[in-house]
Amino acid sequence: MSDGAVLAVRDLSTVFPSEAGPVTTVDGVSFSLGAGETLAVVGESGSGKTMTFLSVLRLVPPPGRVTGGEVLLEGADIAALPASEMRWIRGAGIAMVFQDPLTALNPVFTIGDQMLEVIRAHTAMSPRQARALALEVLERVHIPAPAKRIDDYPHQLSGGMRQRVLIAMAIALRPKVLIADEPTTALDVTVQAQILELLAELRSELGMGMVLITHDLGLVARYADRVAVMYAGRVVETSPIAQGFGRSRHPYTRSLFRSIPRLDLPADQPLTVIAGQPPDLARLPAGCAFEPRCFLGNGREDCRSERPALLPTTSDRHLSACPHWRALIDAEAGA
Amino acid sequence: MKPPADARSGGGEPLLRVEGLSKTFHDRRLFSRAGGAGVRAVDSVSFSLAAGETLGVVGETGSGKSTLGRLVLRLVEPSAGRIRFNGEDITALSQRQLRRMRQQVQMIFQDPYGSLDPRMSVGAIVAEPMIVHGLWHGGRDDRVLEVMRQVGLQAEHRNRYPHEFSGGQRQRIGIARAMALQPKLLVLDEPVSALDVSIQAQIINLLRELQQQADLGFLFIAHDLAVVRHVSNRVAVMYLGEIVEIGPRDALYSSPMHPYTVSLLSAVPVPTVDRERGRDRVVLHGEIGSATNLPSGCRFHPRCYKARLKAENPDVETVESQGERLPAACVLHQPRPVDAGDGHVAICHFPERGGDRSEVAVRAVESSRGAG
Ligand SMILES: Nc1ncnc2c1ncn2[C@@H]1O[C@H](COP(=O)(O)OP(=O)(O)OP(=O)(O)O)[C@@H](O)[C@H]1O
Ligand SMILES: Nc1ncnc2c1ncn2[C@@H]1O[C@H](COP(=O)(O)OP(=O)(O)OP(=O)(O)O)[C@@H](O)[C@H]1O
Ligand code: SF4
Ligand code: SF4
Ligand SMILES: [Mg+2]
Ligand SMILES: [Mg+2]
Repeated sequence: MSDGAVLAVRDLSTVFPSEAGPVTTVDGVSFSLGAGETLAVVGESGSGKTMTFLSVLRLVPPPGRVTGGEVLLEGADIAALPASEMRWIRGAGIAMVFQDPLTALNPVFTIGDQMLEVIRAHTAMSPRQARALALEVLERVHIPAPAKRIDDYPHQLSGGMRQRVLIAMAIALRPKVLIADEPTTALDVTVQAQILELLAELRSELGMGMVLITHDLGLVARYADRVAVMYAGRVVETSPIAQGFGRSRHPYTRSLFRSIPRLDLPADQPLTVIAGQPPDLARLPAGCAFEPRCFLGNGREDCRSERPALLPTTSDRHLSACPHWRALIDAEAGA
Repeated sequence: MKPPADARSGGGEPLLRVEGLSKTFHDRRLFSRAGGAGVRAVDSVSFSLAAGETLGVVGETGSGKSTLGRLVLRLVEPSAGRIRFNGEDITALSQRQLRRMRQQVQMIFQDPYGSLDPRMSVGAIVAEPMIVHGLWHGGRDDRVLEVMRQVGLQAEHRNRYPHEFSGGQRQRIGIARAMALQPKLLVLDEPVSALDVSIQAQIINLLRELQQQADLGFLFIAHDLAVVRHVSNRVAVMYLGEIVEIGPRDALYSSPMHPYTVSLLSAVPVPTVDRERGRDRVVLHGEIGSATNLPSGCRFHPRCYKARLKAENPDVETVESQGERLPAACVLHQPRPVDAGDGHVAICHFPERGGDRSEVAVRAVESSRGAG
């Protein structure tokens, strides 16, 4: 699948030392992303979504360390590049819009200052050219009257506007891949819709590959081509949206689905609760990390003793890390 | 979390009745810019709430939801209006006289991290309100344990500290603390917004059980329309300090009258591919409004699709506003309440109802229900 992929990641792992011993926050993660494709990454808090992409960009905060894996950008391994070249890749190759739009901008510099700094660090442009480019991308993210806004400080903009500025900075250098980490979580639903429409539009205009990290399954359905579900540092399921979404082949994904209130289901339908607590990475069970909470595997001997690998199910585009996935389909057929 | 409570509130006084409640904040630093007008965070809000009933409150950030919740507890002093609790006017009570009311009305906050004292053990956190209200005559340990059990915490948790718990468990601690005084009304300000989806369902189900056991009234504030629909009997939609629409849950979600409600429904993503893909959404004009500088006429007019549809009708008188033509009514006159019966009310000159229901409104509802 990595043929023609703009970004391919294989067996990426990241470890943090802790009092309780080494904690593997990213545990053998593999995925690939095509040009113009959107991959959604979902999973509960702490499952390793952000850390996976910080690892891809080699921005893991110390004492954390990437301990292995390959990261291919347009076929070339960037995992071993020297730091100077990696700086160039970040921005022009892979750009990331970070989780918290309110702290991602420096309050003491204007929007323009910050954009120009990024642009000039990556190009040979004169200040005048860089400013023209900044205005062009601000316009592109639909900031009204960019020539006025460019000299504003971040606090003069609403949350939705700040998020647009961050997106503008991320796309200024026409990256091959845009990673948007919970781009709309801090925003209202109505503004959320505007930002996501904007991202979708930019993706097709610029032909970027896009990674959308989110815990909103509704956004996944609307904007993604494929989804990767993470649990306890691993990818436990990945499938094309059209085939697999809602017809999941992993008990965790299934439970996740049934636990959210939805406007398209009867209002009084009770929510299914995922039993227990999110996993403690320092004390993972020997077998499947989801086993203590799994409706299907709970108590099964093999679930407790063997850590399942991510393997193809009925198609080699729909992978699951649950060897008992067939039982989910049988239950469906029986129902 | 029970059948619509309109019938139940038929006789006698409701648990809570709020009339014309307003709050204007005067931030000193604002005087120069806003000419001292201040922030009209809550503007002439009226509603009632019965025992055992849940009134959901939705609206975008800054619309005044939290301020409304705090007003009800008198944690914020109203600028105008009345609050009646159990038939008693509590608007003018002194802080000392409020004590009794405070036992019966408790608040649960969004942030399970920030709202618990990190230096207190869980047992002490749960016991504190009883001590404060003079209900602690030794031997109440059993009450602490009982409440902890009620919310799904274990007895051995009592000697631990908040940082030793996950977000969902911390929210349980906050709920246990609120329940310790056996309140009649809970004001829940985004109680599940900070929690993981897998944990949200646990807390929602817990709240539902507690409500049924004690016939509690809930004022449930949230910005997630699906969550609010799941828990509420009635729903109020706020926009820039006003309740622009209120009504029984099913009526509001199936026949929303206010264009802002329609826009909200249209923006909610539904996690089903086939439905989600074909969906047109009403992408709102402009950014979130500001309560320091309220638009004239209907405060939603700078962002309203319906006003723009109406402006194309030659029979509708229009005026120039910010470079476009909009209905004069919307730009110049504050709309009046329109009552569809059954307590379903919206304030709009051109409500989405009957023959005037736009295609946009029809599609927004269909697609949000997965029928599109
Ligand atoms: N600086 C750090 N030091 C040690 N561990 C960390 C650090 N940052 C994150 N972690 C751990 O790494 C794991 C993965 O975190 P990550 O931020 O990737 O989660 P996430 O899936 O993005 O969650 P969220 O949905 O809350 O953003 C978590 O267990 C977290 O506690
Ligand atoms: N103590 C205060 N002093 C001055 N202004 C305030 C104060 N509290 C709230 N406001 C203003 O009142 C308005 C309503 O705020 P409020 O917190 O009630 O909104 P909200 O609907 O709860 O928003 P959110 O969804 O972000 O929680 C906002 O414009 C806010 O800035
Ligand atoms: S491997 Fe076993 S415990 Fe893990 S998800 Fe599958 S059935 Fe559940
Ligand atoms: S009064 Fe006019 S502007 Fe306001 S909501 Fe109704 S149609 Fe829209
Ligand atoms: Mg994250
Ligand atoms: Mg609030």
